[in-house]
Amino acid sequence: MAGTWLSGQKGDAGGMIVLAILLGMLAGIGGFTFLYAEGFSYMSDDPKVCVNCHIMQPQYDSWQKASHHTVATCVACHLPHDFIGKYYSKAENGYHHSVAFTLQNFHEPIMIKDKSSRILQNNCLHCHGALVHEQIARAADGAGEVQCVHCHRSVGHGTPTGLGRR
Amino acid sequence: MMRKSQRGASRAVLIGVILVVAVATALVTALLVNIFERKSEARNPYVRLTEVTEDTTDPAKWGVNWPKQYDSYLLTAQTTRTKFGGHGGSEALPEEKIARDPWLKRMFLGYAFSIDYRDRRGHAYMLADQEATKRLTKPQTGSCLHCHASVMPLYRELGKGDAAKGLAESYKFSYQDLSKKLHDSGNAHPVSCVDCHDPKTMQLRVTRPGFVEGIRLLAASNAPAPHLPSIERWRAGSKKTPYDPNADASRTEMRSYVCGQCHVEYYCSSQMKLTFPWGKGLRAGDQEKFWNETKFADGSRFFDYKHAETGAPILKAQHPEFELWSQGVHARSGVACADCHMPYLRDGATKISDHWVRSPLLNINNACQTCHRVPEAELKARVETIQERNFELMQRGGAAIVALIDGIVRAKKEGATDAQLQPALELQRKAQWRLDFIAAENSMGFHAPQEAAMVLGEALDYARQGELAAALWRSPVKSAAAASAPTTRKSASKP
Repeated sequence: MAGTWLSGQKGDAGGMIVLAILLGMLAGIGGFTFLYAEGFSYMSDDPKVCVNCHIMQPQYDSWQKASHHTVATCVACHLPHDFIGKYYSKAENGYHHSVAFTLQNFHEPIMIKDKSSRILQNNCLHCHGALVHEQIARAADGAGEVQCVHCHRSVGHGTPTGLGRR
Repeated sequence: MMRKSQRGASRAVLIGVILVVAVATALVTALLVNIFERKSEARNPYVRLTEVTEDTTDPAKWGVNWPKQYDSYLLTAQTTRTKFGGHGGSEALPEEKIARDPWLKRMFLGYAFSIDYRDRRGHAYMLADQEATKRLTKPQTGSCLHCHASVMPLYRELGKGDAAKGLAESYKFSYQDLSKKLHDSGNAHPVSCVDCHDPKTMQLRVTRPGFVEGIRLLAASNAPAPHLPSIERWRAGSKKTPYDPNADASRTEMRSYVCGQCHVEYYCSSQMKLTFPWGKGLRAGDQEKFWNETKFADGSRFFDYKHAETGAPILKAQHPEFELWSQGVHARSGVACADCHMPYLRDGATKISDHWVRSPLLNINNACQTCHRVPEAELKARVETIQERNFELMQRGGAAIVALIDGIVRAKKEGATDAQLQPALELQRKAQWRLDFIAAENSMGFHAPQEAAMVLGEALDYARQGELAAALWRSPVKSAAAASAPTTRKSASKP
């Protein structure tokens, strides 16, 4: 078949068939990979999703032991609360995490990025803003400002001691 | 012509698209395989390909089942240097400590450490270095193998199945004789997997009879042990069965206990079996009290050696890392030895303890920054500040010990008898014990900076008191002669 279309005698119909087969394979393998990687689970807010790849296991474990586990899940603190912001941030973080986990080239211990740190701060204020509005008048927008977790470091993941990093 | 070139162009585009799609498919497949690998890593932390038992001392056999841990264990053969640790010498042999610090040599005269005492090397060398040391030109006992070889099968053989009995036998052998037995039995390996891991479950466990007996003594005493909650729990219980670290201790405590099997002070010579002096507590003063109340089989007073120049009955400190750590803020905060010296290492989707046991200063990122969110350079500077201050205080202690020994030697020349010099000799024992306690300890004071400074302060005080006592041998000063612990000592030993 390849010989036929390469000779140019019967147009490129043969080529189109090859392309179609390849596209079909791509869609099939791609779809399978997506399902196998539990791609749809990432649309949910379940904290278990965050330990799909096992890198976050200590963070997940320590969250279960920390004071906020009854009132806040991973996404409650780490993603914006508005719809667009949430899914944009989810996609952005998801992309970074996938690349990092696949290439295995990230900094350890895992450290929060500035942007995510601001999201976190805003989420502290989302619940506690009324209590602290005297001290912190506005949403987080830059480096060097007071961070709630600077002092209240243990609320999300407990005191970092003993087994493993959090 | 025109049609032909158009068809050529569209064919080129088609081929291009096919190539792109093919490459994309290949990449997606690679991703799929990558995800599969990570998933299987997470599912099977290890695969037991070969059977290992209590008698498997060869780490290479364990390495078949646990290659990641084994690979990092092998790295202990690498030469590492920090400002105060393992820093001198060639690749072949580390530098002599006693040449760098002559007061060490002076202090150890009459003991084999004055012949050969070098910077430390990694775990991989523990047996080879012991077999090569010039200390073996003097008679040495089989007790030394407790901590330099994977010796448990040999202990069981000596004790007819009971390792504790085997240990009690081992001091009667010369080092050379027991070493030959070790080699003949095929267990001539440095510390190995089986020494800290249960071969069935891979659980951490302690095996060394010396530690098991020592920690029992500690539990049975009323010395404070707030950093070891399982001991406090055992004390609050019925105490019907003796404290058993393997049954009673938490996982976090086990991550220190396994190291405490060897990184401790102990008696290791030919007069009696290897003994951990923990019956009155872990502090330098507590251990001294234990040794002072210990008698040899013939009823004579315990000592490690008689000083060659003065004749003082000296206590030699081994390497009390576990004990000094016990007095520090890290121990009190629940941080175990392994947390800093064997921090977690991620490999793919699995997490293992780094078995390249080494100074945390060589691995600040994983060892310190897990808890301390401060830049590496700053953390390193903090540690080195502590160590430098400890080093300076220790050097002053060295000068004071030399002055004390000089003073006693001078008094002897002037005709002082041993009885007249008794106070000075007693003070030499006290001062040297304390100075050596910190000098032999392998953290340059970092494991517990305040405790280290206090012990060094006491060493300095006793050394200068001794110097005074030697100078005044004709008319001894009563207070110096008594030289017992100051009254504040007791209250100071509370946590």
